[in-house]
Amino acid sequence: MTETQTLPGDTLLYLGGVTVSFDGFRALNALSLVLEKGEMRAVIGPNGAGKTTMMDVITGKTRPDTGKVMFGVNTDLTQLDEPAIAALGIGRKFQKPTVFEPHTVWDNILLALAGDRKPRFSLWAKETAEERTRIESVLETVRMKDQRHRLGGDLSHGQKQWLEIGMLLAQEPQLLLVDEPVAGMTDAETEQTAELLREINKTRSVVVVEHDMAFVRALDVKVTVLHEGSVLSEGSIDNVSADPRVVEVYLGR
Amino acid sequence: MKLDRTAYLTLALSLGVPVALALLNQTTEVGSALHIPTYVVALAGKYLCYAMLALAVDLVWGFAGILSLGHAAFFALGGYAMGMYLMRQIGTRGVYGNAELPDFMVFLGWHELPWYWQGSQWFPFAVAMALIVPGVLAMGFGWLAFRSRVTGVYLSIITQALTYALLLAFFRNDMGFGGNNGMTDFKDILGLNVQADSTRSALMVISALCLCVQYLVARFVVQSRFGKVLIAVRNTESRTRFLGYRPEAYKLVVWTLSAVMAGIGGALYVPQVGIINPSEFAPANSIEAVIWVAVGGRGTLSGAILGAVAVNFGKTWFTGMLPDYWLYALGALFIFVTLFLPKGIMGLFAKRAAKPVAVLEVAE
Repeated sequence: MTETQTLPGDTLLYLGGVTVSFDGFRALNALSLVLEKGEMRAVIGPNGAGKTTMMDVITGKTRPDTGKVMFGVNTDLTQLDEPAIAALGIGRKFQKPTVFEPHTVWDNILLALAGDRKPRFSLWAKETAEERTRIESVLETVRMKDQRHRLGGDLSHGQKQWLEIGMLLAQEPQLLLVDEPVAGMTDAETEQTAELLREINKTRSVVVVEHDMAFVRALDVKVTVLHEGSVLSEGSIDNVSADPRVVEVYLGR
Repeated sequence: MKLDRTAYLTLALSLGVPVALALLNQTTEVGSALHIPTYVVALAGKYLCYAMLALAVDLVWGFAGILSLGHAAFFALGGYAMGMYLMRQIGTRGVYGNAELPDFMVFLGWHELPWYWQGSQWFPFAVAMALIVPGVLAMGFGWLAFRSRVTGVYLSIITQALTYALLLAFFRNDMGFGGNNGMTDFKDILGLNVQADSTRSALMVISALCLCVQYLVARFVVQSRFGKVLIAVRNTESRTRFLGYRPEAYKLVVWTLSAVMAGIGGALYVPQVGIINPSEFAPANSIEAVIWVAVGGRGTLSGAILGAVAVNFGKTWFTGMLPDYWLYALGALFIFVTLFLPKGIMGLFAKRAAKPVAVLEVAE
């Protein structure tokens, strides 16, 4: 793919020739990737393939050395910082579950709800009935209705992962970036998470970074394999599993 | 705003005790068993001002995670603003009898007031400056520091550098704030003799009122959604950013508010202790304020007041007995609290309270 190519109107996210170097190490090397509206994509790759750096570039945490990062057809993400990108409708779940531990589950969702983020609003904001309804519905989706009064820090690992996904949903993003959502989960939790992501994908686009091949297979979506900062292979899970280059990268030379 | 038992108790004690002291000082005869001597009133007034500084420190440290090691700078600036007013009230009663210039300016051979002393003879102007100067300095400092994402120990170090720089600047005679000696020998405040028992009692009660108002403001802030965001920033700053919040904006608001609170404390402190000099900018003063908060209980607001009063009461008592060893005792206290009472004195009561204002993790 070249940078001059015009993007089709249903493109949600476009990365073109993105390169990021840290002290000479190329974390991303001319990475290109196109995500359509409503799509769910799984991104896999060995450690150091650049998966998290890719998330950092999309969410504004890291600025690429070269390359284009477009959201929709005409928003250049490389010019924006994290809060501005979040406000555009890109939500991110970290690899390590990151919730507000001193706050209750309810307050975690409340703070994540889409709305005014300015200090002068939040200083006077009162919890409205409409907000309560939205929080209830998020808690319902992530199956945490009975956990609402517990503190974030008291939740189990799996519950924190779900709470974080719930916070993402409350943000009402168009695109969810989910970094290793099932790391450290039991098989039952993993299955429930796959179900949850499929449910979310009905209304939103999702990019899932994951190591767990069984989970990726369960998602049953298009897979992008990263290796040394660029795309090695792309296609259905069966296709990429059969790709000899992928096999080589995963099983070693 | 919800007030729990701790809040009512804090308000009742912060206001009730000073009012009782003032009444006993004013309405009983010297020598009567119930009489409260004026030096006790003066001490209590000083503690109340320190409590405002502690409250200011707790607001930024306990709730936004900003460990300020330079908060006494804002306190001292508020103090200087009030000191300038008090100097101007001396008039011809100074050593040189100059109606226009304070003594130290005459001594330096100056012939007119510098421009930044204009207006300082008006009390409302002095009060406004006591709020504006610390507020504007904090806003400028915070804007630069928070926007550049300076956090943690680096931020603490530059706050320390800020107060140290001010210490050096105010030491210079050319600055026009009395240099090394600062300002003292105050006579009147609003036409009343600052040394009079009645004025001292009134200043102490006003300090108590200001402390209570500050406590209510701080409580309102931390219980609001703004406060929840602050605690979220303290806990996981990056998460708030990916949720679309700008932590630097939240920090700037609370940091500026905190500096103004400290400035008010300083402005009330100076007429009660009768002097302001550059030693108020000494880094050790800011560190002491942090210790008060740690002893009382970080992130509890009430604990900050309790810590400031308790530690300073201890200091008064201890320096009376063993003046040379106070700093060792303070250091030992800090180590003891850090090791055995990570949530301070308030942590001892925390189990009984229905819901703490904020939950702090021990490891922080």
